[in-house]
Amino acid sequence: MAEPAIELVGISKSFGPVRANHDIHLKVSRGTIHGIVGENGAGKSTLMSILYGFYQADSGEIRVGGKPVVIHSPNDAIAQGIGMVHQHFMLVENFTVLENVMLGAEGGALLKRGTAAARAELKRIEREYGLEVDADAVIEELPVGLQQRVEILKALYRGADILILDEPTGVLTPSEADHLFRILGKLKEEGKTVILITHKLREIMAITDSVSVMRRGEMVATLKTSETSMPQLAELMVGRSVLLRVDKASASPGKVLLSVRGLTVKDSRGVTMVDNVSFDVRAGEIVGVAGVAGNGQSELLEAIGGIRKAIAGEIVLNGETLDEATRRDPAALRRKGLAHVPEDRHHMGLVLPFEENENAILGYQNDPKYLSGPLLDLDAIRADAREKIRKYDIRPDNCRLRTANFSGGNQQKIVLSREMEQDPDVLIVGQPTRGVDVGAIEFIHRRLVAMRDAGKAVLLVSVELDEIRSLSDRILVMFAGRIVGERGAGATEQELGLLMAGVEQREAAE
Amino acid sequence: MSAPYVKLPAWADYGLLPLINVVVALLISGLVVLFIGQNPLEAVQYMVEGALGSGEGIAFTLYYATNFIFTGLAVAVAFHGGLFNIGGEGQVYLGGLGVAAAALTLDHYTPWYVTMLFAVAASFAFGAAWALIPGWLQARRGSHIVITTIMFNFIAAALMVYLLVNVIKQPGTMSPQTRLFAEGGQLPKLGALMSLVGLDIGAAPFNVAFLIALVASFLVWVLIWRTRFGYELRTMGTSATAAVYAGIRYERMVVVTMLLSGGLAGMMALNPVMGDLQKLQVGFPAGAGFVGIATALMGRSHPAGIVVASILFGILYQGGAELAFWMPDITREMIILIQGLVILFAGALEHMFRPALTRLLGAGGQSSKSPSMTQSA
Repeated sequence: MAEPAIELVGISKSFGPVRANHDIHLKVSRGTIHGIVGENGAGKSTLMSILYGFYQADSGEIRVGGKPVVIHSPNDAIAQGIGMVHQHFMLVENFTVLENVMLGAEGGALLKRGTAAARAELKRIEREYGLEVDADAVIEELPVGLQQRVEILKALYRGADILILDEPTGVLTPSEADHLFRILGKLKEEGKTVILITHKLREIMAITDSVSVMRRGEMVATLKTSETSMPQLAELMVGRSVLLRVDKASASPGKVLLSVRGLTVKDSRGVTMVDNVSFDVRAGEIVGVAGVAGNGQSELLEAIGGIRKAIAGEIVLNGETLDEATRRDPAALRRKGLAHVPEDRHHMGLVLPFEENENAILGYQNDPKYLSGPLLDLDAIRADAREKIRKYDIRPDNCRLRTANFSGGNQQKIVLSREMEQDPDVLIVGQPTRGVDVGAIEFIHRRLVAMRDAGKAVLLVSVELDEIRSLSDRILVMFAGRIVGERGAGATEQELGLLMAGVEQREAAE
Repeated sequence: MSAPYVKLPAWADYGLLPLINVVVALLISGLVVLFIGQNPLEAVQYMVEGALGSGEGIAFTLYYATNFIFTGLAVAVAFHGGLFNIGGEGQVYLGGLGVAAAALTLDHYTPWYVTMLFAVAASFAFGAAWALIPGWLQARRGSHIVITTIMFNFIAAALMVYLLVNVIKQPGTMSPQTRLFAEGGQLPKLGALMSLVGLDIGAAPFNVAFLIALVASFLVWVLIWRTRFGYELRTMGTSATAAVYAGIRYERMVVVTMLLSGGLAGMMALNPVMGDLQKLQVGFPAGAGFVGIATALMGRSHPAGIVVASILFGILYQGGAELAFWMPDITREMIILIQGLVILFAGALEHMFRPALTRLLGAGGQSSKSPSMTQSA
């Protein structure tokens, strides 16, 4: 075989005492799709940031096409033909596709000539790779899948031969993801090299030619995809065998604990985000809300949690119809037995610069057990925090550490332990395993099922279809603010995928 | 994936870094002194000796520091809640009205310590009342507190001139000031305390208000780190969305925080009005409300840090006055320039040397920002 497209030789990078990458060796063959998997904090993103010039390696060498290169900045990377599609798009929202693509390569002080050349070049790339996008469409008006396509176009326009994609399917519907994979296949045919970073093992199995596994900053294995399996990869990532399926008995639902009737929520621009939504959640069941991000699930969750105002509808908690004042008061809702694990743990569920024990009481700071008179009872708070750290295996086991210093999975455990240990009747959970590593996902899923089995009502909102399907006893699908369908636990992915994409189902039986 | 979060060791964060900032400010000041043809070393000598070389100098330094502690605490309390109260100057001014009201009413009838209790309460109440309107406007109408508090400084100045000229001026005199307080309205000097360590305070107005400032510092520390209110305050100041999630009522918190902040600023008036002038006169705050912003920034919004920073600014004030006296070429404006440089380096450019220092100490590539300081209103 010819020279590998990219070769990394002995790359190491430390942040203070943290060894993010240690002696990494990697060869990516030209014209292949190469997957990189690993838990959160395993060093995947650091490695790619070194390759793309955001960080400099402490030691080691990068070779592109067999020649050693020095990459000091993203511009150097682009000059070497390396392009990157970030997890969070780097697009100017109110620019057109064309303007975004030519940004940074305008070709002179006056735009006219550069624009014409860019338009022609864009047309050529679109034709060659089957990446049609309206060049004059404004980014913010495009669906997420197309925005991602613009990111890919941008990289190709700069002459990228090697394309790095960081968690590209997180924001896509299953059909959009399929489309992306077809594009990647096409790129491969045309001789481009693709590096795909993901934590979804199914995607690795579906489209990659080879796969590398990282664990704790080290490259533990590089395998041919055809010669490996999902359980093997999971085991390599975590360092022990992992249960990929959730073991649970069938549900035995009791009385209705949470009932939502005709709930309507508008966002700050006045756009209806939740449109006349009604459903019940019973004791002892997990109801999953599936949907592509941005279809109103977040707003639904926040409205139930008391954070966002609902303009119509009612919420019945534990048999009590909530009045307006209670509905807008998260503290009162907590007292009535509603616990809320928010979608965005960094900005809502936690105060990152606080010590761990301070976050372990967030929202419950008025609970008498944490107070002595007007003062905080620090001994009680810390003892309580230590108890939760032990019970939920939160690492490191230091309740005085700043919360920002915990890994994503452990931060999520801090939030979950706080909400679950209050023994609520109703638990509403948003994206419980977003950015959480495989080992912690298994733990969190088991705790959620345990809550259900203890007779709690659990409402689960997640954009991870696998998570919804493996945990839920009933599945509601949201599209454009409405619940467009309800399915049992056995619903197939295709069936849910169609509903999520807004394909109206004629439900003859109902 | 989050980058590792590396922090400087505490001694570097709270000791070395501020020291480097001050030294750089003084070096640049030295260049300016050199530029106008004076000897910077001589200037430094006059400053240090003037501020710390005698019992009287030290007492003056501490007198000024007392002012800055109060206004620094005022800024810090608001800052922990993510509010930038730059209306200290006006709140001090109104606090003076409270002090004068208590002293003028009681000074013939009660001993100083009784008058003092009323004066503390009145100064707090008047300062708080002056901060209430900006606080309320921020909470209910979203009017930015930076704009409203600075506007209220002008209103306070105009109001006080009006009152002192037309309402509470001592009849039969020509200057806009009240009558002198009798002995029952004067805070005693701390000469006895200083003589314990063999120092003579001379004519310096170093008084009991300094002790009140230290008590206030301790109480503010308790408030911020040991009470539920402080917990909610810090949550609000660090993450507004987390505060909503935690059921913290923003409007109520903003109003209460501004009352506390304004009250602390108002208490500063005890020091000059009751401890030094023994009367209320036009312009007595003399910019101390603004210096409080600098001491709060430099002291990292921590009461202990504010006390240290206030003493440093006390040295700059007292030493600066001495310097202007002994080296006439160095004008009053030059002194303000030097103070401004210290504020610039210790406050506004606080993080300038941090990345280099972090690298030097081998603490890693990622600099961590102080949580309280990165949150401006």
